[in-house]
Amino acid sequence: MTGLEIEDVRAGYRGREVLTGLSLPPIAPGCITALVGPNGAGKTTLLRTLAGLLPARGRLSLDGQNLLDLAAADRARKVAFMPQFAPQRLCLTVVEAVIAALRASPVETPGDGRDGEQRALEVLDRLNILELALQSFETLSGGQRQLASLAQALVRQPRLLLLDEPTSALDLRYQQQVIANVRKEARAGAVVIMVLHDLQAAAAWADMVMVLNEGRLFAHGTPREVITGAMLGQVYGIEAAVEQTTGGGIHIQIRG
Amino acid sequence: MSSGSSLRGPILQEEGKSPTVPLARTAAAYRAMTRHRLVWLALFALVATAAFIADLGTGPSRLGFAGALGGMLRPDSLSGPEAAILWAVRLPQAILAVLVGLALATAGAEMQTILDNPLASPFTLGVSSSASFGAALAIVLGVGIPGVPQTWLISANAFVFATVVVLVLQAVVHRRGSGTDVLVLCGIALFFTFNALVALTQFLASQQALQQLVFWTMGSLSRASWDKVQVLAIALLVALPFAQRAAWPMMALRLGEDRARSLGINVARLRFMALLRVSLMTSTAIAFVGTIGFVGLAGPHIARLVIGEDHRLLLPASALTGAAIMSLASVASKTILPGVLIPIGIVTAMVGLPVFFSLIFSRRRTA
Repeated sequence: MTGLEIEDVRAGYRGREVLTGLSLPPIAPGCITALVGPNGAGKTTLLRTLAGLLPARGRLSLDGQNLLDLAAADRARKVAFMPQFAPQRLCLTVVEAVIAALRASPVETPGDGRDGEQRALEVLDRLNILELALQSFETLSGGQRQLASLAQALVRQPRLLLLDEPTSALDLRYQQQVIANVRKEARAGAVVIMVLHDLQAAAAWADMVMVLNEGRLFAHGTPREVITGAMLGQVYGIEAAVEQTTGGGIHIQIRG
Repeated sequence: MSSGSSLRGPILQEEGKSPTVPLARTAAAYRAMTRHRLVWLALFALVATAAFIADLGTGPSRLGFAGALGGMLRPDSLSGPEAAILWAVRLPQAILAVLVGLALATAGAEMQTILDNPLASPFTLGVSSSASFGAALAIVLGVGIPGVPQTWLISANAFVFATVVVLVLQAVVHRRGSGTDVLVLCGIALFFTFNALVALTQFLASQQALQQLVFWTMGSLSRASWDKVQVLAIALLVALPFAQRAAWPMMALRLGEDRARSLGINVARLRFMALLRVSLMTSTAIAFVGTIGFVGLAGPHIARLVIGEDHRLLLPASALTGAAIMSLASVASKTILPGVLIPIGIVTAMVGLPVFFSLIFSRRRTA
């Protein structure tokens, strides 16, 4: 079975289990899945668990192989993670950072004739930040840092791409750029999961939405099926009306 | 998984634009930058070598550069006393200066990376002050490790204490997870604790022991010998190749701990191995020459400002900067007051500081 299956996963931090037996419907390659939910619902915990940053029990199976059984280096061949925050105090240039992300551990597709430098530059080109290649990280704006951070994940050509709030610091143009690239990655066969806070963005970009609440799956489906006034009331505790817009998006109007 | 990956190659071509021109231009610019840095590295090596030769040719006796160099190439060109000065004093001191510079600056560079803190250095994290305390115990109370000969007692004590501090820091990492802030705080706490203990020993010391202890803590090359050169050289030969081999994972760690771990890097192990190297290099260096600050902090900073943070180049550049600072400081320590050998620990900051400041401020302007 290709894709990602998550069954009865328990994970959390020292002394506090955040995911208490979480199971999700299978996530197929080729589409973008958005994880949404209120603060503390376990979205980032799930992402970090998938990335191998937290100890966990249960089944996290990618293409039929339980990630929890893999050694860290083997898991890193398949999974790439973009953390929410990129370090600020860093004298590495953008291209060096991307090359470092590629060279620090083996990748699934190491030798296709292009060396690390070439691959890194191609990814920067795809993200339209080639002109930042030789700039030091510390001179970048928040949004530019986020793009450079995404490049570090994309360059590894992962089977499973995990993005934690990938667009939070980006202007509209770069948001589109990022989503277009992420979509391309999905079309090329990757499983893409991103944590998003902005429900309107989730509706516009994701093929599937999964709502987490208190460490459990509350609802899943297409954005239109899932993001409803009833869900907002039960999960977020707010009274709001959700309008479907013609372009496939939604508009949330909060009452009171 | 090959099915997934084979689909990925042609993404660029799908875009329908021809990205090759700016791509090729950026690739060329990147390569030019790398060449530029290699030139800088060569320049650092040149400065370090020149500083070493200057150090060799400086001293209270009349043996100058030409004599010293000539004496190394043709030992029979020197008179008996001159040869003795060169082989028993100048050369071991000059080589020890270089080795200490290499050791402290490399240790500083590694420490700054694993702690993600530009202020980290062997000096700021209590490693040096614990070594001082170990030395103080030997000098003032004659307390040392049983079985160690008297001539090595101070060095051995300094080494053991410096190593213990590094192991304590390591234990902190192990217990508290890998938070670097806790580690830095603990290091600073240890720094103050050992400074207080050194002060206490000074307070209790006899006049003569006090003088010896104060002199030790100032750091001096005058205790150099071929034995010490050999031991430190071996420590460096053990540590440096591993430091260089860890360059990629260390760069990945600079990208953030989460990122590094998601890349499959065992960060705890990486930190432990780096701390082990740091401990070996600094403990050995400090044990032989006493506490010498600044080199471990400024060496890597100067290198980073000029060369950037690619660890493959940063480590050798830091090491060479450290060696150059030490050699120049050694020259200064012999020439500032004619006929007086000022302890080198006092001079290192004076020599390095102008370079350090000018780099920091010139960078501010360009940024």
